[in-house]
Amino acid sequence: MKVLVAVKRVVDYNVKVRVKSDGTGVDIANVKMSMNPFDEIAVEEAVRLKEKGAVTEVIAVSCGVTQCQETLRTAMAIGADRAILVETDAELQPLAVAKLLKALVDKEQPGLVVLGKQAIDDDCNQTGQMLAALADLPQATFASKVEIVDGGATVTREVDGGLETLKLSLPAVVTTDLRLNEPRYVTLPNIMKAKKKPLEVIKPADLGVDVAPRIKTLKVSEPPKRGAGVKVADVAALVSKLKNEAKVI
Amino acid sequence: MTILVIAEHDNASLKGATLNTVMAATQCGGDVHVLVAGHNAGAAAAAAAQVAGVAKVLHADAAHLADGLAENVAAQVLAIAASYSHILFPSTASGKNVAPRVAAKLDVAQISDITKVVSADTFERPIYAGNAVATVQSADAVKVITVRTTGFDAAGQGGAAAVETVAAVAAHGKASFVGREVTKSDRPELTAAKIIVSGGRALGSSEKFNEVLTPLADKLGAALGASRAAVDAGYAPNDWQVGQTGKIVAPSLYVACGISGAIQHLAGMKDSKVIVAINKDPEAPIFSVADYGLEADLFTAVPELISQL
Repeated sequence: MKVLVAVKRVVDYNVKVRVKSDGTGVDIANVKMSMNPFDEIAVEEAVRLKEKGAVTEVIAVSCGVTQCQETLRTAMAIGADRAILVETDAELQPLAVAKLLKALVDKEQPGLVVLGKQAIDDDCNQTGQMLAALADLPQATFASKVEIVDGGATVTREVDGGLETLKLSLPAVVTTDLRLNEPRYVTLPNIMKAKKKPLEVIKPADLGVDVAPRIKTLKVSEPPKRGAGVKVADVAALVSKLKNEAKVI
Repeated sequence: MTILVIAEHDNASLKGATLNTVMAATQCGGDVHVLVAGHNAGAAAAAAAQVAGVAKVLHADAAHLADGLAENVAAQVLAIAASYSHILFPSTASGKNVAPRVAAKLDVAQISDITKVVSADTFERPIYAGNAVATVQSADAVKVITVRTTGFDAAGQGGAAAVETVAAVAAHGKASFVGREVTKSDRPELTAAKIIVSGGRALGSSEKFNEVLTPLADKLGAALGASRAAVDAGYAPNDWQVGQTGKIVAPSLYVACGISGAIQHLAGMKDSKVIVAINKDPEAPIFSVADYGLEADLFTAVPELISQL
């Protein structure tokens, strides 16, 4: 069984982004970019499934600009066997990415598609679910445990009150939550090996997908600033402030 | 223009998040209908009918709707979607699970986690872990939206909507529910709590976490929360996690004990009315958002705080 893993190149999670002064977006020029943390977990899970013998091939996919090739090389250094880049300079929204992935699912026929639960830039949390809908596949979002048994997938999900377990027939779509696994560090020999693995570059038009954005961003602004706080000297001062000034207790 | 709100419920009662979503729906302008899809969920439907601002409750009842599987609930929404201009879900684990499935089938873009309704087609939503706010406009015929519940007040009581039964769709069949492990808690629900006491890595162990923070939470009638570090270290269960990838909360008082204040944690709590930080590191970023900061060892400060309350 093949596994398709979708990875996104995003602003590194440690970077505190700045809103551009003209309100057109956030300034990501000269900012460190990395693989979306949830996608690293997705690649790690696919590779672990391969190491357990449940999977024969792991294909990493990314959609976006030429530099996404670096992200795909990282995925291959973790252990993906080959990669596909759907290259475009256009702004890609989740619906467009889901359509591109759907076309690739039709082409590659994977038994499982693994995505991160959300990208830390747009914070959408949509692509996996949209792909599942378009391909009419069952979905298990926010997975914290994935097992392939008897031709199906048993997935434990993180939900608001605790955990729930689902059984899905394959093929299926799974999106990863933080606690699914701890992604491995990529080693130098594996980075070197990843350079030799095949990376196919295609265009959205090759897949017959219109990627035009549907949602228009009118403006991006700074969130409202909190007023400067004060440091209190001791617990008594804190209690008195909470009681008399803030009146919250 | 008619707006459909997908109710979150446990078949017996309506979850609080539904009320905030109804409020957002009324701000879009138009009649608000609520869909209660479940099994033996008559009580939840009756509760939805009493929410102020609701014009009609649609009740779909079938065994395969009991556990809120995305495939089945999405199909149920799609079966009635044609007559609505907006379809709103609360931005909870369940809403986030189903909404994009509905949007994709309708071939429309979904707008996640709105915090403000600017007009019927324009909304505000936070991006980059809440470090920027985007104002977005949808040109799609149907707006499929998830609503950040802390961005809107809860709708009140006093409605008298009619409950109408709608035919349940057939089960999707490719996914089935196996079981659920619910964290037992007699505290207020984290996302709805007025006061939250939250702990981080500095607590050191799950025993210390309970020993130090539970009495404070009891004293304040507060819910307990945790940072990712505390959850990953096993000090607290996953669903206590506050942050970009956990719960988004906005209580009137948030007490952060031994939490440094990483961007991802702040994303989940910086809309709280009053933030108190107790941390022994004077450089901890949490102090930059705290209204009241106490630079002290939490193991002495918290018991002292309890005794003075």
